[in-house]
Amino acid sequence: MALSQVDAPIYEALRKFRRMRVVPFDVPGHKRGRGNMELTEFLGEDCMNVDVNSMKPLDNLCHPVSVIKDAEELAAMAFGAANAFFMVGGTTSAVQAMIMYACKSGDKIIMPRNVHRSAINALILCDATPVYVNPDVNHQLGISLGMSVSQVEQAIRENPDAKAIMVNNPTYYGICSDLKRITELAHAHGMLVLVDEAHGTHFYFGENFPISAMAAGADIASASMHKSGGSLTQSSFLLMGERINADYMRQVVNLTQTTSASYLLLSSLDISRKRLALSGSVIFEKTVEMAEYAREEINAVGGFYAFSKELVNGDSVYDFDVSKLSVHTLPVGLAGIEVYDLLRDEYDIQIEFGDIGNILAYVSVGDRKRDIERLISALSEIKRRFGRSGAGMLTQEYIDPIVAETPRRAFYAEKKALPLKESAGHVCSEFVMCYPPGIPILAPGELITEEIVEYIEYAKAKGCQMTGTEDINMERINVLA
Amino acid sequence: MELWFTERHTPNVKFSIKVDHQLYSGNSEFQRIDVFDSKEFGRFLTLDGYMMLTEKDEFIYHEMITHTPMAVHPDPKNILVIGAGDGGVIRELTRYPSVENIDLVEIDELVVEVSKKFLPTTACRFGDPRVHVYYEDGVKFIRRCEDKYDVIIVDSTDPFGPGEGLFTKEFYGSCSKALHEDGIMVNQHESPFYDEDAAAMQRSHKRIVESFPISKVYQAHIPTYPSGHWLFGFASKKYHPTNDYNGTKWSMLGIKTRYYNSRLHVGAFALPNYVEELLRDVE
Repeated sequence: MALSQVDAPIYEALRKFRRMRVVPFDVPGHKRGRGNMELTEFLGEDCMNVDVNSMKPLDNLCHPVSVIKDAEELAAMAFGAANAFFMVGGTTSAVQAMIMYACKSGDKIIMPRNVHRSAINALILCDATPVYVNPDVNHQLGISLGMSVSQVEQAIRENPDAKAIMVNNPTYYGICSDLKRITELAHAHGMLVLVDEAHGTHFYFGENFPISAMAAGADIASASMHKSGGSLTQSSFLLMGERINADYMRQVVNLTQTTSASYLLLSSLDISRKRLALSGSVIFEKTVEMAEYAREEINAVGGFYAFSKELVNGDSVYDFDVSKLSVHTLPVGLAGIEVYDLLRDEYDIQIEFGDIGNILAYVSVGDRKRDIERLISALSEIKRRFGRSGAGMLTQEYIDPIVAETPRRAFYAEKKALPLKESAGHVCSEFVMCYPPGIPILAPGELITEEIVEYIEYAKAKGCQMTGTEDINMERINVLA
Repeated sequence: MELWFTERHTPNVKFSIKVDHQLYSGNSEFQRIDVFDSKEFGRFLTLDGYMMLTEKDEFIYHEMITHTPMAVHPDPKNILVIGAGDGGVIRELTRYPSVENIDLVEIDELVVEVSKKFLPTTACRFGDPRVHVYYEDGVKFIRRCEDKYDVIIVDSTDPFGPGEGLFTKEFYGSCSKALHEDGIMVNQHESPFYDEDAAAMQRSHKRIVESFPISKVYQAHIPTYPSGHWLFGFASKKYHPTNDYNGTKWSMLGIKTRYYNSRLHVGAFALPNYVEELLRDVE
């Protein structure tokens, strides 16, 4: 009998397996939790019971032939993809797989510089050379926008030998590029289109959202099911179009993917796919309703600017994802990261991230109206209690990187550690970023400038959590020797 | 046949009342609402299975949460009540002829409807022309108010469920903003006795202390609430609850009460040592 979206093959196989009461003489050694009672009490017996190993009735993620294969086919159908893989190493692993599929040593890949670190990490692994397209910037908000079609055109013209174009769609802030035009351009020049769709899973299931990667004809996309899709942290989908050889992709994925994939993660993907396929449009309608309400109320508070579709400019902001609640904070006289800290420390509210000029509150169907009210009231109170003149606040300018070396050569080169202050003029051999959002300020191989040093120091002083460097405190930075 | 209503006060303690019959059961958008009749306590209202009021002991709660701030403020005219859909606080407030306006903000319209129908003891003064009812989340309502009220009475449910937002710092901060410079806020402040209740009580006290220059706690004995030992918060921008209190003046108003009186007002602010200690820990 043909499977349909009401089925969840992995989930069903696990339930059946549990009923069989098979005696485990295999890993994991906790043996359905009995061997580690403290953990079992903490996570629950039901959870430990399905933390099992790959086996015939449950299939094997490295080489799926039965229930995982079925579940992947259902996922592909749900997303409108030719093929879909379950990923258990986060969307990071999906991003890396698509880059490593498209590029081998020395190949060029066109990408915006405001990619997630996982993309540049993939370049270190496969030794591809990035051709950065500098994103357009909204100077009022201090945020990077999407890729403009003309800049992509120019990059293609200058690098006709590039193998692929990578697009962030949507960005963390919800900004979308003209994916369809970019895809047409790329295909006309024989390049693959890879889409980091970590923040866009809902595009496939909700109404009136920006176009999804698969619908736009893109070749590969990584969709963070665990973000808006409701699955467990670390689970994700890799989606493939018709041009992609899925069997070769499987080999690429298996280069770095675990051979003991967690069935907790796999079943969470399976169940979440079913849920979205069956009721995604209602789920995301509610999400958008809450985000729109919050935006309206936050803008009524004044000072704060919860931005939305008014940013759309037909090019570098081709569309906007209204399920995102991004708020510009500088007019209140507070850096985004300061508001982020105040929300947690003063009001017990944890939001997704705060950077120099903005915060992002992640809204989902799991939210309750009353929690949205709290968030709005807390922002209103922060403005009343901590607000000051917005003058003299540093906006977050996108700094055009000066690439001196490929990421891989810089990463593996001889290096020395310099105090941050003395590092200007040297070539960086590691990442520097605020996390989240995890978009590098510096990537391996880029020239450190005075402007960048000043920016890092400002971000540190405002309380941003800086990551990426070997020196945990980021007082010293590794540069090429 | 025996029919009992049981509420779990802690995982190890239960409180039961023998029910004569059930008058109402229904679900609103926010919660389950039940009204029972009993021999011992008369009619009683529960929300999500938690005791809100009984006809026998509601006077204690409603008198203490209302008269305490009303007697300290020299001239309370504009009052905001949050929660209190059962009408008990309104009943007490409308006894003050000098009050000009009472805004009641209740999130759940069904609570008011059910109370009007089944709890005439408390829901008896909704018809007073000074009373204006708004069905809205209190957290949202208060956000838009500035320098408007003399007294705010927060008659909330517990710090979980629909009333959760009424125990937050953003809410207390908004209350402070909504009050005149000599305004007073009084709130239902949970119990100090059982561990979990005590922790909630401390959390809420800490947040009030951070939002108001004067923040005191007073107590009453309410038999049907967990442990029976119940607290109220008195937060104010100007008036001290006992130093600025004129008991004679209040007595002259001639409001007949069954629990509250001017000696008790002062005494209610004298707390047991262990409660003082719990409060001091977070001040």
